[in-house]
Amino acid sequence: MNDKSKIIAGLVIFFIIFAFPIWYNMFKSKPAPELTLTEKAKAAKECVRSKEYMTKNHMQLLDVWRDKVVRHDTRVYVNTEGKEFKMSLSNTCLDCHSNKAEFCDKCHDYASVQPYCWDCHIDNPKEKNDGKQ
Amino acid sequence: MSDIPTAEELIKINHNPPATDWMDTPVNIRKGMYCYASNPKSVAYLGLPNARKWNPLDDDWKLPENWQQILHEGFKERLERFRTFKVYMDICVRCGACADKCHFFIGTGDPKNMPVLRAELLRSVYRNDFTTAGKVLGKIAGARELTLDVLKEWWYYLFQCTECRRCSVFCPYGIDTAEITIMGRELLNLIGLNIDWIATPVANCFRTGNHLGIQPHAFKDMLDFFVEDIEEVTGIDLEVSYQKKGADILFITPSGDVFADPGTYTCMGYMILFDYLKKEYGLDVTWSTYASEGGNFGFFTSHETMKRLNAKMYAEAERLGVKWILGGECGHMWRVVTQYMDTMNGPANFLEEPVSPITGTKFENTKSTKMVHIVEFTADLIKHGKLNLDKSRNDHLNITFHDSCNTARGMGMLDEPRYIINNVCNNFHEMPANTIREQTFCCGSGSGLNAGEDMELRMCGGLPRAHAVKHVHEKYGVNSLACICALDRAVFPDLMDYWVPGVEVTGLHEMVANALVFPGECKRTTDLRGEPLLGMEDEADE
Amino acid sequence: MNVKYMFSLMAVVFLFLFSYLGAEVAGLKVLFGIIIPYVAILIFVAGFVSRMMDWAASAVPFAIPTTCGQQSSLPWIKQNRIDNPSTKTGVIIRMLLEILCFRSLFRNTKMKIHQGQKISYKLEIWLWVSALAFHWAFLVVLVRHLRFFTEPIPGFVKFLEFMDGFFKIEFVDSFMQIGLPGIFMSGLVLLAAVSFLLVRRIMVPQVKYISLAADFFPLFLIIGITVSGIYMRYVSKVDIVGIKELTMGLATLHPTIPEGISSVFFVHLFFVCSLLVYIPFSKLMHMGGIFLSPTRNMLANTRAFRHVNPWNYPVKTHTYEEYEDEFREKMIDAGLPVDKKE
Repeated sequence: MNDKSKIIAGLVIFFIIFAFPIWYNMFKSKPAPELTLTEKAKAAKECVRSKEYMTKNHMQLLDVWRDKVVRHDTRVYVNTEGKEFKMSLSNTCLDCHSNKAEFCDKCHDYASVQPYCWDCHIDNPKEKNDGKQ
Repeated sequence: MSDIPTAEELIKINHNPPATDWMDTPVNIRKGMYCYASNPKSVAYLGLPNARKWNPLDDDWKLPENWQQILHEGFKERLERFRTFKVYMDICVRCGACADKCHFFIGTGDPKNMPVLRAELLRSVYRNDFTTAGKVLGKIAGARELTLDVLKEWWYYLFQCTECRRCSVFCPYGIDTAEITIMGRELLNLIGLNIDWIATPVANCFRTGNHLGIQPHAFKDMLDFFVEDIEEVTGIDLEVSYQKKGADILFITPSGDVFADPGTYTCMGYMILFDYLKKEYGLDVTWSTYASEGGNFGFFTSHETMKRLNAKMYAEAERLGVKWILGGECGHMWRVVTQYMDTMNGPANFLEEPVSPITGTKFENTKSTKMVHIVEFTADLIKHGKLNLDKSRNDHLNITFHDSCNTARGMGMLDEPRYIINNVCNNFHEMPANTIREQTFCCGSGSGLNAGEDMELRMCGGLPRAHAVKHVHEKYGVNSLACICALDRAVFPDLMDYWVPGVEVTGLHEMVANALVFPGECKRTTDLRGEPLLGMEDEADE
Repeated sequence: MNVKYMFSLMAVVFLFLFSYLGAEVAGLKVLFGIIIPYVAILIFVAGFVSRMMDWAASAVPFAIPTTCGQQSSLPWIKQNRIDNPSTKTGVIIRMLLEILCFRSLFRNTKMKIHQGQKISYKLEIWLWVSALAFHWAFLVVLVRHLRFFTEPIPGFVKFLEFMDGFFKIEFVDSFMQIGLPGIFMSGLVLLAAVSFLLVRRIMVPQVKYISLAADFFPLFLIIGITVSGIYMRYVSKVDIVGIKELTMGLATLHPTIPEGISSVFFVHLFFVCSLLVYIPFSKLMHMGGIFLSPTRNMLANTRAFRHVNPWNYPVKTHTYEEYEDEFREKMIDAGLPVDKKE
């Protein structure tokens, strides 16, 4: 019957679209990006919070920092262990993680996240000094 | 109608469903809401199964021993033959959009008259018999066995649907309850469960050519009476041609127009129009007593019976050697002609592609069925100025127009009748937008339910239509309900008397004939019904 | 209490416990992260195809479009080319409007009888609005999720994310922080719409009366999917890179289970797999069925072109000869013409 071929054609189109991830990636395994730490970061061992916490929650931490600094003029962050840090993206975070392209962008690109940190902040103030070894 | 509640009582409708689940609410076959069981003679004459005398109120319906098996196999066969049936059994999401679109639900409040639940009556059995989920999970999956009680529920509610398709307009998937009712009724017919108001007309139509069982000589007598009446009122002397071989056009109209007032006036309207066209333009139209029925109650029995009755139209056209067929004002006849006839009994290669011999208009849209609707035909004549019309002769009428379900939703003939109305009368008011055109409400008596014993059901089903008429009756003083369906003409007088007293029912061609001015005619003082024309009250009395 | 929705709710709770305990306690991450997703996709594809082909196997004996507008007839009468289509283009537009805009549902009215006097049929738009919002939001959410299944992420997915997060709603406070990660409207719209559909099903007496357990189950399941997704994104936070590693493994047929993925993710994934498996065996097949609905997808030109019924069989008719044989004398007496004069 004539309409059977139409139905099959419809099904084929549907499944071609449905299988988009399969043919788009061409079966090539694409491992997740590895975090690259600068020597300074490696040496510090621990960030302002645990690695696990930072992986999941860094965006919220930064948001709170911004809020406190810009709107409440509070500049010191005390972490769970009582250690104090200056709340500053450029001066604290990027001090260790001066390799933005390697440290920030890789994962953000992989997960399709567009942070707006860099709308205001200069990409990497210290890159010229010790970003590249 | 004395034994049914008054209009004030009947409109007190509770639309809230009962506390018990629908599967646990047994059917109550109530007097006034059902039609009598079919006469065994009619069933036997047609060679349909299980002809016997039975009564729906009895416990024993005298079914064949293996009725469940017959229905199971019948169900299976129809699932394979009709994609509509299979798809509609499967894809309903029960969104409920159809619920308050059905005139029977609006008029009765019975939840099983919601189109979705009417279909669920069959779907529940479908799930039980044909789906894995239904077989494994049973009731929680909405499945149930086909017991005698379920069967009675089928019968009761499948004969409370007029196959009007209004729900199908609103359904997001186009699920057509008419289609489900059609299948359900086919199944019921397999074990001899029909109603007499359908079975006997079908037997009559098969034998004599029309639903009323009028034999050829009596049919001619009826039209002869009309010839006399016409002469009395209009002074026109006309002749009717029967079974004339080599005529231009074969005319077929529902036999209701020949037999029952006020359809008879519409029939006279056709006769006057044809006579006018014959005298003015030499048009040669012939009637047939063999194919004297446009309507097709077979459609309410099964596809096969529909085909058996419908076959006469092409057979007669071929025998007479006419060029094409012209059809009268009828509802379901036109659903059958539009969507079934050519497929079932065509191709009609022995006919010509219809061309109006008077205007030269080619009816392109009918080039395969070769059958033109008289409303299309007349609208074309008016457009080309071929009719001399005096609109003022319908000034005593204040018209509203009812779109028949089948010509609206099974054909789409909406503007042609309005064009004619606007050309033959001065006072025309539309009913509210949600009750006309493709959203038109059924008369409540279609699909073979226009019997006398189910009058309460008919008044319930006709409530939405009647109330729309009431609206324009009160607002604009509408006194006449025009329609293009013989069944409408047969049932609306009762419905109007009940809900909107003071509104008469008329066909379109009755109004055309009232307005049609013959050359050298004598002065008209009354319409075809003998009612005085506006301003002629004194002269009409003389 | 209603056994139908309780049954469905319990079923979804069971699915939740099964997957949560399975991943968290039993540590069956390979089962929930690799085996079940692949099996679910296979069942979905095979089930979907078999249902469609099953429908395709049924004949379409008659062309029975529901005509919802003026037919094509005389040249000077304006046809409604979409609602009463006599051309293929018309049918395609009709179907597109039906599928993309839910045209028929848009007509929805609500009937009301006022003090036993007047009946009104008012436009009732909320079913249409919520259904449309639900389906479109679901599609957007689905397409957005391609970011987990593609590398590099195609532009259209990024664009959609940008549009979806267009209103950069942000709110920071010592108690609450909303807006990081950026709010996607589609997820919230989906949750709102599906909740509305559920409430409607429970609160509107007629709709509740017609509802089956099979009507509640997908709603609860989709609520489960949406809530677990929203919970992961905005509340619990998950290792997004690890999750993408897992999903990319699925998409590239190099499955892997990275460390440190929270159990909520496995619940989310299992809900989605359940939905995939459920689709072919349920009313959710309306997504394919709507394409095959003969009242919508057929040409309304049946008087101009003959539709062929594949199983049309000859029937017993009453021929003119039989008719004349029975009534010949009466016909002759009445002066009606006959074929055979005796």
